[in-house]
Order: sequence, then structure tokens, then C-alpha cells
Amino acid sequence: MAESAALVSAEHLVVRRSGKTLLDSVDLDVAPGEIVTLIGPNGAGKTTLVRLLLGLDRADAGRVIRKPGLRVGYLPQRLQVDPVLPLDVSRLLTLTRRARVPAQHAALVEVGVPHLLHSPVQSLSGGELQRVLLARALLADPELLVLDEPTQGIDFTGQAELYRLIARLRERRGCAVLMVSHDLHLVMAATDRVICLNHHICCHGEPESVRVHPEYLALFGPKVAADLAVYAHHHDHAHDLSGAVADGHEGH
Amino acid sequence: MDDFVLRALVAGLGVALLAAPLGCFVVWRRMAYFGEALAHAALLGVALGLMLDVAPRFGIVVTCLVAALLLVALGRHQPRLASDTLFGIVAHGALATGLVLLSRMESVRVDLFAYLFGDILAVGSTDLAWIGLTLLLVGLAMAWLWRPLLAVTVHADLAAAEGIAVARVHLAFMLLIALVTAVAMKVVGVLLVTSLLVIPAATARHFARTPEQMVVIAALVGMLAVAGGLAGSLGLDTPTGPSIVVVATLLFALGLLHTPRDEAPVSR
Repeated sequence: MAESAALVSAEHLVVRRSGKTLLDSVDLDVAPGEIVTLIGPNGAGKTTLVRLLLGLDRADAGRVIRKPGLRVGYLPQRLQVDPVLPLDVSRLLTLTRRARVPAQHAALVEVGVPHLLHSPVQSLSGGELQRVLLARALLADPELLVLDEPTQGIDFTGQAELYRLIARLRERRGCAVLMVSHDLHLVMAATDRVICLNHHICCHGEPESVRVHPEYLALFGPKVAADLAVYAHHHDHAHDLSGAVADGHEGH
Repeated sequence: MDDFVLRALVAGLGVALLAAPLGCFVVWRRMAYFGEALAHAALLGVALGLMLDVAPRFGIVVTCLVAALLLVALGRHQPRLASDTLFGIVAHGALATGLVLLSRMESVRVDLFAYLFGDILAVGSTDLAWIGLTLLLVGLAMAWLWRPLLAVTVHADLAAAEGIAVARVHLAFMLLIALVTAVAMKVVGVLLVTSLLVIPAATARHFARTPEQMVVIAALVGMLAVAGGLAGSLGLDTPTGPSIVVVATLLFALGLLHTPRDEAPVSR
């Protein structure tokens, strides 16, 4: 799967922490414009891998190659601004990057929350905050969006909406997306490629092939696998799970 | 106005100005205990300075900085102990060691009360020059550090992913705290330095809608506390450092009466 044009590549990454191997010879490529989803049980090393790809931590062995000058937009797993810090959305958008108010407004329009520009950050709901953080990432005109469990703390409907938004952003802007997720059902619909990680890469490929992979089933158990089958059957988009189909659901 | 009163006022106002931006970051970053630990370590710095026959001021800055680095290193390698426990140990360990060392120094007469609670009425022109110099330095450093430090305060990893040298920003911030502790000690003393950082900033929160507003309001509150405390201590013949902190605390209590317009209902 090595592509010379990859935005970011991991080669044989190994990470050990206090005697445990968190990542064992992990390879990964993200090509321009594709949506790659990392799934795996808790403690499987998903966040560890993302941090390496972002350059936040170093691996014990192996290497990360990023396209020179790569523009990355990052959404961390949790962002909580202490109420003692008076900060509105506009300031959050421009913490590390200057942007004029029209540009800020345009980015918020793109994620559907333009009315929040001057709201205190602490007053946002979980879903609103994630959208604002997405807008923040968009201001950098990213080639790669990295999202670590973007739907944590958001209700089910909100999660589906957020995944559809991510799929739309990819279509409009052509940026690649690498996300970590627990929401197996929802992720399947909004991703080109799934990588199933449990310290090593168990399996990877298109969602449909991963879904029936024995290692995947072993990892998530028959219960989840069954739920997933019901879900796929219920919605009957087994072969064309694309942004277009997902978008079609938005009308109601 | 007597000369010594005027010098005390200028020194106090200068320190209030210095404390405002750093105090806001201490409050935003929940580092009040960290500041407290550094301030307590300052007394050890005085003792070491006197022992090594260098100006206590240098002893304080160096000791505070070493204590800061020690706290960061301990926090990283002692995951079993919560940081407030570590801060408590370093703070009181350093304070006690400072007291013991000072008591052993027979050749020097040390006015312990002045170090513990400040001696603003004894401010000399050298002290004023130091405060002025520190003000200039901290002003320049904060202008450079403001945006990156704010970004790191909101989310360190996010800032790092966006190209900010987080470790360098932290180090610079700790150096500034050490510097301000060294000059603020003269005004309110080791035991009350943190209050000068924290109380005006906490008071300002009720009125501020942006980070910058909070710093400006904290500076005003700090200066009001200094002027009020100085006047009160001269009128009532009370110790000046504690009087300043009492006025700051009263201002904070008054601020509680004000209901901010942007009170964020944080309900998730």
C-alpha cells in the first residue's frame, strides 16, 4: 500500500511504554483526498499512533514521513477551556493563526454554526464545539484533517450529522481525513478505508471487506458484528455507502 | 508625601503591573500552587545568596528557576504523586531549609519578617531600578509570548501540532514567574507573593470578556490594592504587605457582587 504521493506515511512504527508494546511494527499511508478511519478497542494504540503521525511524540523504532510543508488540521480528543479564561469562538479560531472576521465567519458557515462567532467557548455544547474546532482546522486550508474521536460526548443523531459533515468537507475541499473512532456503525458509512488496530494492524481495507474479516470479528465480538449486519441490512446501502447516499438522508 | 512613601507607591504599582499578565496565566493554567512553591523556594534563595555572598536577588531568581525545573521533572517522573502534593513538598521543604540556613548565619543580621511579609517601606532606588528593568523585560517577553502562551494554555497538544514550541514557551513562562517573584518579594514577602498574582486576576474575571481585558482589569485591581493597602497601613500603622493583600481580598469580595453578562451556563 505504499504510495509515493502519500501525505503521511508510517513505516514499521514501534512504541513501548513501561514494558508494554503499544504499537508493533505499524505501517500506514494516507493518500490525498481519502478518508481513513482507525478503529480498535480501548487501549489499542490508536491515539498513540495519531500522536506519532502529528509529530507530538517519537516512536521507539520506525519512522513517520510527512509530505514537506504538509498543512494539517487537528482536532484533539478533548478540549476543555477552563471557565476562568474568557475566550470567545472568534479568539479560539485565531489562537495560532490570524484570520479576518469574514474568513472566520465563512469557516463557521461551512460547518453550519455561523451564529456562534462571539459566543463564549464554555457555553458551547459538545457538538457545537466540535464544529467550531473543525472550522478552526479549515482556516489552515488543510490537506489532511486529523480527528481523534470527533464524536465523543455527542448524541447519536449529532454523531451521524458530524460524519456527514466530514464527508461533505472532504468532497468540497478534497482534503484527506484520518480519524479515530469507536462508532463502528457510523464510520463504516463515511470512510473509504478502515484500519483495524490492536497494537498491530489486524486488518485493513474497504469497510465492507473489513466488516467480515475474521480478525475484525474476533476483536469486536459477534454481538457488535451482528449489530452491524442488522444495521447494514436495515439501511440496505451495502455497496454504495458514499457521501451522496448519506447526504440524501439529511432532508428529513 | 515622604520620599519613602513615594518610592513604596511606585514600587508597589510597578509590581502590580508585572503581576497582572503573569497572574492571569497562573490562574488560567491552574498554577497557583506552582507559584506558591516558587515563592516559598525564594526564601531558600535568599539564604543561599547570603551564604555565597551574592545579592539575594540573584539567589532568588536562580533558586526559583531550579525549583520550577525540579517541579516539572518530578511531575514527569513521579506519576504516583499528584502535582499539588509535589508542590507542597517542594514549597515547604524549601521554605524550611531556608529558615534553618538563615538561623545558622551568625555573621548576618537577617530581618526574617521582611522576607516573609515584605518590606515595601524600605524600598531603595536600586530596588526601583530593578523593578523598572523587570517591567521592561516582562513587557517585551509577554508581547512575544502572549499568543503562543495563550494557545498552549487552551490546549498544549493542539498548539504543538500547529507548530508552537511548547517546551520553550513553558520554560520562558517559568523564568518570568521566577523574575517577578524575586521583585514582588520586596513588596509583599515570600508568603504573600502568590496572592498578588492570583487575587487581582481572579477579581478581573468577573468583568472581563477577553483575555486582554482580564489582564488590564487585573492590573487596575492590583494597583488599587497597592495604593489602598499602603494608605491604610500608614493610617492604621499596620504591616504594609499584608494590608495590600487584605485590600485585594476585599476588592475580590466586592467583585463577587457583580454578575457578569456573559456568565456561561456550563451544562452538558
